[in-house]
Amino acid sequence: MKKTLVLTTALTGLAFTASAAEVTVMSWGGAYTKSQVEAYHKPFTAETGITVNSVDADNPATPIKAQVEAGNVSVDVADVELSDAIRLCDEGLLEEIDTTLLTAAPDGTPATEDFIDGSLHDCAVANIVWTTLIGYDKDKLGGTEPTSIADFFDLEKYPGKRGMRKAAKTTLEMALMGDGVPAAEVYEVLATDEGVDRAFAKLDSIKDEVIWWEAGAQPPQLLADGEVTMTVVWNGRIFNAIAEEGKPFGLLWDGQIYDLDLFVVPKGAPNKDEAMEFIKFSTATEQLANQASWIPYGPARKSSIEKVGSFHSDPSIDMKVHMPTTEEHLANAVQNDFEFWVDYDAELNERFNAWLAN
Amino acid sequence: MSDAAVFSDITTQTDSLTTADGRPLKAALAAAQARARRRAFFLVLPLLAFVLLTFVAPIGQMLHRSVHNPGFTEHHDIASGAKTPIMVNLRQWFDDNADAAPDETAYAALAADLLVLRDLKAAGNVGTRINYERAGSRSLFTKAARNAKKLEPPYTEAILDLDEDWGDPALWQVMRGASSAYTLNFYLAAIDKTRDAGGNVVAVDEVRQVYVKLFLRTLFLSLLITVLCFVLAFPIAHLLATLPLRYSNLLMIFVLLPFWTSLLVRTTSWIVLLQSEGVLNDAMVATGILADENRIQMMYNQAGTIIAMTHILLPFMVLPLYSVMRPIDKSYVRAARSLGATSWTAFRRIYFPQTVPGIGAGALLVFILAVGYYITPALVGGADGQLISNFIAYHMTKSLNWSLAAALAAILLGGILILYWLYDQLVGIDNLKLG
Repeated sequence: MKKTLVLTTALTGLAFTASAAEVTVMSWGGAYTKSQVEAYHKPFTAETGITVNSVDADNPATPIKAQVEAGNVSVDVADVELSDAIRLCDEGLLEEIDTTLLTAAPDGTPATEDFIDGSLHDCAVANIVWTTLIGYDKDKLGGTEPTSIADFFDLEKYPGKRGMRKAAKTTLEMALMGDGVPAAEVYEVLATDEGVDRAFAKLDSIKDEVIWWEAGAQPPQLLADGEVTMTVVWNGRIFNAIAEEGKPFGLLWDGQIYDLDLFVVPKGAPNKDEAMEFIKFSTATEQLANQASWIPYGPARKSSIEKVGSFHSDPSIDMKVHMPTTEEHLANAVQNDFEFWVDYDAELNERFNAWLAN
Repeated sequence: MSDAAVFSDITTQTDSLTTADGRPLKAALAAAQARARRRAFFLVLPLLAFVLLTFVAPIGQMLHRSVHNPGFTEHHDIASGAKTPIMVNLRQWFDDNADAAPDETAYAALAADLLVLRDLKAAGNVGTRINYERAGSRSLFTKAARNAKKLEPPYTEAILDLDEDWGDPALWQVMRGASSAYTLNFYLAAIDKTRDAGGNVVAVDEVRQVYVKLFLRTLFLSLLITVLCFVLAFPIAHLLATLPLRYSNLLMIFVLLPFWTSLLVRTTSWIVLLQSEGVLNDAMVATGILADENRIQMMYNQAGTIIAMTHILLPFMVLPLYSVMRPIDKSYVRAARSLGATSWTAFRRIYFPQTVPGIGAGALLVFILAVGYYITPALVGGADGQLISNFIAYHMTKSLNWSLAAALAAILLGGILILYWLYDQLVGIDNLKLG
């Protein structure tokens, strides 16, 4: 059975075998992939001579799982969210990573002590802290800017279409926070049936006005096109639309949900050694700090945070104040609870899809 | 000796029935025919192998998957390819104790199996299999496997101490069902049904019901799109068929150009045209037909799916209609008119019936393509314009519940075969003309 599956799958996607040393890295596309290409891929190729193939997915965790289960892995390194990293590792779909081999900080602090808490795992090494928040078009809101996440769900005060990510994760948390649940209690409430009902009831109140997006590059585009007046968006994407393209967008930090992105190596990766080499290089202090000058995602190493400088094309923008983990942005913020999503992802997505289709 | 010579022999020497070299005629004929059949077989062999390998085998494999899921019975190690039977003790207990509530021996068997799961790192996969039918089960298994070493008799209390959900009769019912790799439960799930703790088939929670509604929506939208395509295509095809060739060829290009253009390009063009800040809305606002705040939402909903799919599938209706209309002799209609028929009667009684084979072919093509359409609804359908194929794709690529995807696909396939049979009964498949 499995063999025939492998056979037919192989027929549909014959993988090219590598001749020169190369490594295939799968990430999330758009401004984020660009920041990685500039900060990791180019210097890595310059130093080692190993070519980096960059491929994108809406969420790299899903193709990884499908590839490993079908026995046809073409990706060597993937950039995934924490709950997905833990789940894939639990299911034996990832190679283990020896974190003691990671590059030490410039002052000699070993990597295991230099990374921020919770960012090193059996199969995964974190690179950035990013966040999901609300972005809006200042021009469309008639002068008054939203101040709390409840405003996102207030169609009377702020009329207009809303953009939201077509997935249960972060959508349900935001609905609860928009309904008045404090950030610190979100997962406690969401773990109960009443809490889930409450989140869906809140979403019901704006359902007719929501345009759902799937790829991270879509929401800035929806805002720019005027399709939506406010949207759930990843902070790096919207920042780049403001800083590089001069768009009149604003960010609402109230109710932000921050999370880690981590590098993982799928089991059976064709270039496993190069993959480990790439992860070691990319998560070094300098590279992580360098990435932050391309996109405002916080580095996952303490020694990188102090090295964060200004935006690559505009020295007047200090990137430190745009990070999700800046003190003033954390007033009403919640860290994505990976344990919660490892357990409830399938269940809540099923319900979310049923809700969406009805 | 040539066949013609054999046959001339038959006519002249019907009594002897042998060939010129003395062989019985029957045997010679059979040998010649067998040779021809072999040659024909070898000629189609490459195509046959291709179809078997790329069409029949994957579909058969998918159909098999819809009734077969070894997630609870077998662990497949990805690195080594080794297959290990799992949950052996508990499955044995299920076999020995039909319809019994779990007792201490059942919990002891479970504890022993959890130890194996821990060593194999298989708890996630087993939990996922149970989670398909009872949400929230995955973490039960991963948590229990992590603590499997600490479990001591009496196992009932030890396991219930870990999580009292282990005592849920529904969970045991699902595990009993999953203990055989062959199951029809995925088909139940595909029609919004499930089994309760007693094993009876019941409807799932109302908030989780989705597939029946989607099947009906897919059917309804496909029929609607077929009708729209027919209404739009009939006049065009008639015009193409009646214009002089040099004009009709030019017009034909306009039908074929979009047909040759990439599906994605056409779909995204519709987004540009119809989105609320798009060309059409902008034009209506500029000319004062609409107020700026009343822009019409034509994309990311059912309307978007209907418009874009009708456009994309239109050539599949125009072409068969055209090919049937072109050879229709104009003199039939003229004859009807000269015999006193009104133009409407001449059209209804004379012209229209001659186009029916083309309508049948076009409608069948458009309908069957529409039922399985996936990319266009995914891009422009928003929330309420999604079809069943989008959910099949979701289970194939995102939730990775391939058995459920296979069951949904099998139901869709069965439904189409029934409609095809109905069509054959009503219209007759021989009346179909593609060109």
